[in-house]
Amino acid sequence: MRKNIREISPIDVYKLLPRTNCKECGESNCMAFATKLVNSEKNIEDCSPLFWSENAALYAQLKELLAPPITAVMFGTGENAVKIGGKHVVYRHELTYHNPPPIFIDIDDLTKEEELEQKVRAVNTFSYNYIGRNLILNGLALRCTSGDPAVFAATAEKVANLTSLPLILCSFDLRVMEAGLVKVNNRRPLIYAATQENWMGMADLALKYQCPLVVAVPQDIGLLRSIVKTLKAFGLTDLVLDPGTAYDHGLARTIYTFSSIRWAGCRGEDELLGYPLLASPISVWTESEISREIMAWNEACLAAMLISRYADLLIMHSLEGWVLLPQLIWRFNLYTDPRKPVSVEPGLRTFGTPHRDSPVLLTSNYALTYFTVESDLKSANVDCYLIVVDTAGISVESAVAGRYLTAEKVASALKDSGVGEMVNHTFLILPGLAARISGESEETTSWHILVGPRDSSGLPKYLKEHWPPKGEE
Amino acid sequence: MNVTTEQGKKPANENELLQELAPRLLKLLSGMDRVELENFEMEIGDLELWLQQGSLVPAIPPQPSRPTTLFSEGFIPPQESYPGKVQEVTIGATRSDGGTRRTTVTCGGSSAPPFTFFDHPPPHQLPIALDVFDTHIPMPKTLKENLAGVMDDPADWAKLNVQKFGADVVTIHLLSTDPLIADTSPKVAAATVENILQAVDVPLIIGGCGDPKKDTAVFTKVAEVAEGERLVLNSVTLDMVESKNLEAVAAAAKLHNHVVLAFTGLELNNAKELNRRLYEFLPPDQIVMDLTTAALGYGLEYSYTIYERARHAALMGDRELQHPVISASTNAWAAREAWLQMDPIYGPKEFRGPLWETVTALTLVLAGVDMFMMMHPAAVRTIREVVQALSLAPSSTPATLRDWTIMRS
Repeated sequence: MRKNIREISPIDVYKLLPRTNCKECGESNCMAFATKLVNSEKNIEDCSPLFWSENAALYAQLKELLAPPITAVMFGTGENAVKIGGKHVVYRHELTYHNPPPIFIDIDDLTKEEELEQKVRAVNTFSYNYIGRNLILNGLALRCTSGDPAVFAATAEKVANLTSLPLILCSFDLRVMEAGLVKVNNRRPLIYAATQENWMGMADLALKYQCPLVVAVPQDIGLLRSIVKTLKAFGLTDLVLDPGTAYDHGLARTIYTFSSIRWAGCRGEDELLGYPLLASPISVWTESEISREIMAWNEACLAAMLISRYADLLIMHSLEGWVLLPQLIWRFNLYTDPRKPVSVEPGLRTFGTPHRDSPVLLTSNYALTYFTVESDLKSANVDCYLIVVDTAGISVESAVAGRYLTAEKVASALKDSGVGEMVNHTFLILPGLAARISGESEETTSWHILVGPRDSSGLPKYLKEHWPPKGEE
Repeated sequence: MNVTTEQGKKPANENELLQELAPRLLKLLSGMDRVELENFEMEIGDLELWLQQGSLVPAIPPQPSRPTTLFSEGFIPPQESYPGKVQEVTIGATRSDGGTRRTTVTCGGSSAPPFTFFDHPPPHQLPIALDVFDTHIPMPKTLKENLAGVMDDPADWAKLNVQKFGADVVTIHLLSTDPLIADTSPKVAAATVENILQAVDVPLIIGGCGDPKKDTAVFTKVAEVAEGERLVLNSVTLDMVESKNLEAVAAAAKLHNHVVLAFTGLELNNAKELNRRLYEFLPPDQIVMDLTTAALGYGLEYSYTIYERARHAALMGDRELQHPVISASTNAWAAREAWLQMDPIYGPKEFRGPLWETVTALTLVLAGVDMFMMMHPAAVRTIREVVQALSLAPSSTPATLRDWTIMRS
């Protein structure tokens, strides 16, 4: 049986490296690189000697050794192409999760021209700036509600002209699918989907147009495995699994099915289930009796749960910002490295070009707090000093409650920062959530303590109104 | 060997030679199963050369006999069993058990990862506690508007939580006891608790102010006046160990039959250390854990992974982590996305806020949390619906899923 990534030692990897110690990967030697490779902190591609022709065999063996039990599938073209799956583990703490699930928004072929352009543009430009990163949507899923191959083909062509994002073509009808593929196969779309009924025709299309194919079997893992095995024998390698997504009565089965498949694929090395999983929270919109707000709410809940529970790709209907924002943020968070420390280095930071009259602020060294404050100060173009206190990586409010942020800590951090030498005032702005220690801090620091806003989003307004401080000096 | 190309030229190099030879060889070999070579000698070096260049030979494409019918495979779900099991803890006590509650809740008891294996559904419905504060705290408008008229009276607030929002448990946060807020005496705090015990008949969680010394004074007093009620004292911490207050609280919990909530900040070694200290005074079924809930966007992934790791370790046999885990998803409201007026593209904060709390809690449902402390009624309703849906026997016949590919928008 193949070794799981957690069982592979750096020695196993080292044996398959060219052992040139050339340092081109940025590591001091090949053993160090091997260690990083096992921990997924480096990629095979970072080792350039591996691509010399005489190392072709090593490269192939290494690739095989480190191959994830869940195959990676790519579709789309150019810089917006997406890579899905490629998972090694079921638990995030076993290793970092790789390849965050792209979110695709649907569009149907009866959408009126103007609305279609508007929707594609909305997907193209949707972006939320979160601690310095732009969180975006990843593509469009085209549905055929007309039932007419010509209408579908025309829509596919139109959409392809309006976006460089990847596409998913959604229809169980072979004629419709081929009509779409003829127009946009140069964009390498994902084909949705092969079923128990149409698998042979869809497999032919996938081979003919060289596109990856989704296998859709609602909540029946046995049948799903049967179709996958058949399609593999047919010669297909780039497959994606849709085990069916449902809310309400179907929710339990949805969550258990996604989980069983991923556990079987990762832990049980079940090769027939070792493919990326497609989730379709869009399915909540097939309910007709409930209000649009409730459907959007349900879709948000379902999508968020499936992002946690092993979805490698999502198709959604709602373009509401309040529905999408939690998804984009949670996806970003879940796919960060869990070994990354929760804290940032304490010490003095400067923003803009502070001078002797600039404000002095203070915050905790909890990473999320720090990055939030940092992004607020940067976007407001404030010139200031920021003292980052060592609160053991705990947020301001909890640190005050847990005595990690005390008047004594404030005093020593202020002294260590040396900021007293850089400004010609003695005003320190504490976070609003640390108001409780402001009195004591006046005593320990002998500075004037000002209490800032409870949330750093209020800093620009606060500084406008309260800086320079009036009265006391 | 003497090979010429079709144009009669000599091949210029090995590649050309191969390209010339390969098709002829293939033609020659077609239909053969086996070739025997006689009087044949070869250097090992030649062999290597041949194999390396072999990829240039146009291979006979293996003509897979394409299947025409489906294979029949089936699926045997993964059978996982775990040596460990999470302790069951009952909160609240009825008259027959020495308390005055009409209902109690039991949480914990898991013997497998949450919602992962069909044959291991959760042993208990996940209970939800709703918050009450004994003093005014800054609170987003979206939360306040559900609480009109009750925020000055903790007993009324508790009643509203139970009768209108269906709280299984009420949490009373005795924040006014904070020496830096109102420094309310333990006696007054205990009276507040007694009023709530009169007003509602569900179990209570007693929240302190975070000052280890004051909390100890308040918890010991409350434990005494609510003798036998199996309250949850929220919380005991390593700070109490350091300030030598833990023993008093734990002993009071033991003497008066209450449960303690061991709170630690995203660090399993600390959680284990605190539990070891508690075992000196309390049996395991009087300890639940809070490993810290950070809001979505503000560290939820740390909470998610800590709760997953704790549950995994418990199931693998780590006794010091085999306690039910509780999460305060109320903390989601610390996220500015939950209450800030944002660009209209991100929708009304009246939707965003409750959804923020909901997604924070849903995520931790999947990480194994056994009980929530919550705030917004819409979030409470959704978590209840989802947990009920997840508890439906998943092995029942699959729902017939409607086809979303052809629906009209």
